[in-house]
Amino acid sequence: MSASKPTDIDKIDVTYVAHLARLNLAPDEIETYQKQLDEILGYVRKISELDLRNIEPTSHAKLLQNVLRDDVVKPGLDRETALKNAPLQSGDQFMVPKIVE
Amino acid sequence: MPLNLNNMTVREALAMMQSRQCTSEELVCDLLDVIKERDKEICAYLGVDGEYALAQARAADLSRSKGGEGRLLGVPIAIKDVLNVKDQPCTCASKILQGYVSPYDATAVARLRAEGAVFLGRTNMDEFAMGSTTENSAYKVTHNPWNHDHVPGGSSGGSAAAVAAGEAIAALGSDTGGSIRQPAAFCGCVGLKPSYGRVSRWGLTAYASSLDQIGPLTKDVADAALLLQIMAGRDELDSSSVDEPVPDYDAYLKKDLKGFRIGLPREYSTKGMDADVEKAVRNAVEQCRGLGAEIVDISLPHTEYAISTYYIIATAEASANLARFDGVRYGLRADGAEDPIDMYGKSRAQGFGPEVKRRIILGTYVLSSGFYDAYYLSAQKVRTLIRGDFEKAFKTCDALITPVSPTPAYRLGEKTGDPLQMYLGDIFTVTANLAGICGLSIPCGLTKTNLPIGLQILGPAFKEENIIRAGYAFESERGRFPMKG
Repeated sequence: MSASKPTDIDKIDVTYVAHLARLNLAPDEIETYQKQLDEILGYVRKISELDLRNIEPTSHAKLLQNVLRDDVVKPGLDRETALKNAPLQSGDQFMVPKIVE
Repeated sequence: MPLNLNNMTVREALAMMQSRQCTSEELVCDLLDVIKERDKEICAYLGVDGEYALAQARAADLSRSKGGEGRLLGVPIAIKDVLNVKDQPCTCASKILQGYVSPYDATAVARLRAEGAVFLGRTNMDEFAMGSTTENSAYKVTHNPWNHDHVPGGSSGGSAAAVAAGEAIAALGSDTGGSIRQPAAFCGCVGLKPSYGRVSRWGLTAYASSLDQIGPLTKDVADAALLLQIMAGRDELDSSSVDEPVPDYDAYLKKDLKGFRIGLPREYSTKGMDADVEKAVRNAVEQCRGLGAEIVDISLPHTEYAISTYYIIATAEASANLARFDGVRYGLRADGAEDPIDMYGKSRAQGFGPEVKRRIILGTYVLSSGFYDAYYLSAQKVRTLIRGDFEKAFKTCDALITPVSPTPAYRLGEKTGDPLQMYLGDIFTVTANLAGICGLSIPCGLTKTNLPIGLQILGPAFKEENIIRAGYAFESERGRFPMKG
């Protein structure tokens, strides 16, 4: 799928963004989301009213320092358990469609 | 022989079992009968594994007969379908996880299990916890036990409906922008959202990782305190869980509020507020004053930017978290894909429902090159301002009181066609998640049309004892809230 990057800040290009998100949308979905997301973005742009210079961003509610643990090997899921929910597997690997010719 | 054990609280059930007036097996059988009878209409559960529950109940009874003492020994609890329970399905109410079986217990689940809890079933929810009505479930629509034409709220609507309808003794939910507190309010039960980092998120399917918290939905405040007590505390499997001491919450179950300062945010009296809701909350504030609380007016000036901030940050994080659903390691894989990229696009298109797609697109957009500064980075800065509002408010008060929601439960279908209107209903709950503080939802009355009204009590981060104290005192004054069971 080819979609070019848009530059208009006021309008979301749903086709392009859906491609970035790896969502194959049907034409009627694109139309619906275009309308709804334009409206939602029109509302959320309300935050542009605020003067945000000199304000630090908050990425987390509880500001933690780096959390480290001892570097020791601990048991995780065994291979059989980890593969149990796979849609397709072979031997001890996940199977996917062919990537290179 | 109907025992009507299903309407008991956790503590009542424990007392009954301790004094050998009933067994866990009898309790589970009673609940299974009630579920069979009522859940055809309520549709609170996505799955009930009766044999699994009965086996755990019998093991709990055997343990008790040998002197076993778990703090939840034999108590059946319903789990929102977003939490992993080992060897049970976990679908997040999404088609994309149909058939998925959890390989491990979430930490919150494991801690309840270690105390002898019995896992009864998986409750319905909005797909991936995205929604405010539980109508976004890919599997079924849950009905409000008080009026079947109304929604139970969401996203933990199944958990709230199960507790309110007497189909569960208690339940777990998750709250990213109000998803425990709002359904608790709509269904007339108690819901507690802990402070961010209070309860480990390990095994909770992530929606927005900087906002998500697991919490209890119960019939009273004392039960919420008990379940929180057991789940709270640092877990090395979740590096964002915090190593703050967990106080003994039972010590705060006191019947007065002498010396307790309650703030009323003036911005939380919005246009479009339901008159019955406003009146019930005002009465509740007067009851708290009667219990000795000092009532102070406070201001949270950035409230009007909260919905915008929330829907930018939550969808941005969701778009990243939900990238894991690609049809490779688990979940649905679409047929007929030509290559892996096509497989991702087709699997995700088939597996996700409309609201999840909408939020993934919005979240991808606000993070995308060229728009990141205007949306995501700006929203993070507004989050700083919102946090600051609360920090300032909590300098002069111990808790805040607000409505949970501007209105009682919506009619089914009322808002499904207009997502923005749906989002705006979350105005009183999203701020607690953005600020990382704790909140309690507690029933405080009924509307003229007989729908429950929820009172929200907000407390500072890691001060759950404040909201438990205020909630318990108010509840004692209010008296037992009727159940719709």
